[in-house]
Amino acid sequence: MRWLLDMLRSEGRGVDRVVPPTGFTARLTLLTAAAMAFLAVFALALSLATGRLADRWADALARSATIRISAPADQIEAQAAAVLAVLETTPGIESFRILDDAEMKALLDPWFGPDLPVESLPLPKLIEIVETVAGADAEGLRLRLATEAPGAVLDDHTRWRRPLVEAAGRLRTLGLVSLVLIGAATAGMITLAAQAALAANGQVIRVLRLVGARDQFIARAFVRRFTLRGLWGALGGTALGMMAVAVLPEADDAGGFLTGLGFTGAHWLWPLIIPPLAALVAYLATRAAALRMLKEVR
Amino acid sequence: MIELQNVAMSYGGRELLSEMTLRLMPGSFHFLTGPSGAGKTTFLKLCYAELSPSSGMLSLFDRDVRMMTRDDVAAMRQRIGVVHQDCQFLDHLSVAENIALPLSVSRRAADPRELRELLSWVGLRAQADALPPQLSGGERQRAALARAVMMSPDIILADEPTGNLDWEMSQRLLNLLIELNRMGKTVLIATHDLNLIRTAKSQVATRVLRIANRRLQLAGADL
Repeated sequence: MRWLLDMLRSEGRGVDRVVPPTGFTARLTLLTAAAMAFLAVFALALSLATGRLADRWADALARSATIRISAPADQIEAQAAAVLAVLETTPGIESFRILDDAEMKALLDPWFGPDLPVESLPLPKLIEIVETVAGADAEGLRLRLATEAPGAVLDDHTRWRRPLVEAAGRLRTLGLVSLVLIGAATAGMITLAAQAALAANGQVIRVLRLVGARDQFIARAFVRRFTLRGLWGALGGTALGMMAVAVLPEADDAGGFLTGLGFTGAHWLWPLIIPPLAALVAYLATRAAALRMLKEVR
Repeated sequence: MIELQNVAMSYGGRELLSEMTLRLMPGSFHFLTGPSGAGKTTFLKLCYAELSPSSGMLSLFDRDVRMMTRDDVAAMRQRIGVVHQDCQFLDHLSVAENIALPLSVSRRAADPRELRELLSWVGLRAQADALPPQLSGGERQRAALARAVMMSPDIILADEPTGNLDWEMSQRLLNLLIELNRMGKTVLIATHDLNLIRTAKSQVATRVLRIANRRLQLAGADL
C-alpha cells in the first residue's frame, strides 16, 4: 500500500497537472465509484446479516432436540419415565422437560383452534432437550431409546436445520460473490474511462515522451487522478449506503429475516474498507490501461 | 554523438531510407535538405529514437538504440532537444510551464531566474503566462526552441523550424540556433529553405546533407 500512499501524497499534485482536466471521464469515474460503493455496502450488509443468521440458526437449533413418545395409552407414562431415566444418564444433555398440556395445546392451536380438548386426545408426549455446548451423541441416544422405550423417537432437528443453515450460507456466498462482481465491474468501467481519457490525450502523451518523460511519470499523472476520483466517489457512495442501511427497520420477531439486514456493532466498520479498496481497484485498472497504451507511443 | 551505419528504414513494406551512413560530431552544425517527402522528418525521428531502423546500426551517445529500454530512450531524449514544425504544446499549461516541462517530467523544479532569462533570450518574457494557442507562429517556434534547450541538451534537432515563419522571424530563430551552436551544442536542422542555409553558412561553419533517392548525400558548393 505504500506506493499507493506515496502516489497520493501532495507531491503528486504537480504530476497530474500535465494532464488537462477532462469533465466527462471525471464525472463517469466519480459516478461509477459512488454507485458501486453504494451497492457494495448493501452486498456487504446482506453478507454479514446472512452470516449472522446462519450462525444464529445453527447455534440455536444445534443445541435443541425433541423426543416424541407414541405408544398405547397404558404404556405411555411408563415409556416416558424410561426416556427420562435414559436422559438422566446421557452425557451432553444439559436439561430436559416434558411439555405440559398447555404447551401442547399452544402448539396445536394454529391448526385446530383454541377449543381443542387436548385431554381427550391420544396425543404423543413431547420431551424438549437442551444439549450442552459439546452436544450429545444422537446415534447412541437413539439406540438406547430403542431398547428402553420403543415408542420414543429422537428428532435432533438436523433434517430441517441443515437446509436452513445451507440457505443462509448460500446467501452469504451470494453476497460475497456480489462484492467481487461489483469490484470487477468497477475495474472495468474505470478502465474504459481511463482508456477514453488516454485516447483523448494522445498529443499530451506524445509531447511528454518527446521531452523525455518516462512511462511511469505519464502513467502516474493519469493513475493519480483516477485513483483519487475512485476514492472520492467511493467515499460518497459508501456514506450514502451506510446512511441507507442505518435507516432500515430494526430486527424484530415480526419482521423476521428482512428486518435484520443492517450492520451491528463492530460490523459498522466493515464498509469503511470499501473506499480504499475502490481506490486500489482504480489504481490497478488505470495503471494497467496506461502502461498498455503507452507502449504504442515510442 | 549520433552515428548511423548503413541504416535503412522501411514502413509498410516500402523502403523510405536506405544506406544511411553518418556521424554527427559534437559542436557541429548540419542542415538536412531534400524535396518534400524525401524522408527528412523520418531521418530526424530516427535521430531521437522515435523510430527504430529496419536494418543497420544506429547509435546515440555511443549506445545502440536497439538495446535501449523505453526508460533509456526517455533519458536520452533529455539530452536531445527537438523542435517540430508543428510545435506541440500542452495547451492547458502556460508558455512558461510548457518551456519548463522537460524539468517537470524529470521531477526537477525550474529556477525562476533561469526561466526568465530563457524567456527573455527567445523574446517571450511578456508571454510567459499566456497559453500556447494565444501565440503566433513565430512565438510558438521560439517557445519550442526554449523548451528544447531547457535541459541544456547536447544536440538540437529542428524539423522545418522556419516553415511557417516570415523571413525576419526565420532569421531571428536561426540566430538563436547559431548562438546555441557557439555554446557548443550540436545542431541539425531539416529544411528546404536554401536562403536560410546560405545565411547560416555566412555566419557559422555548416555542412549540408541532402536526402535524394532515399540516400544521404553530402551537398556541395552549389548552395
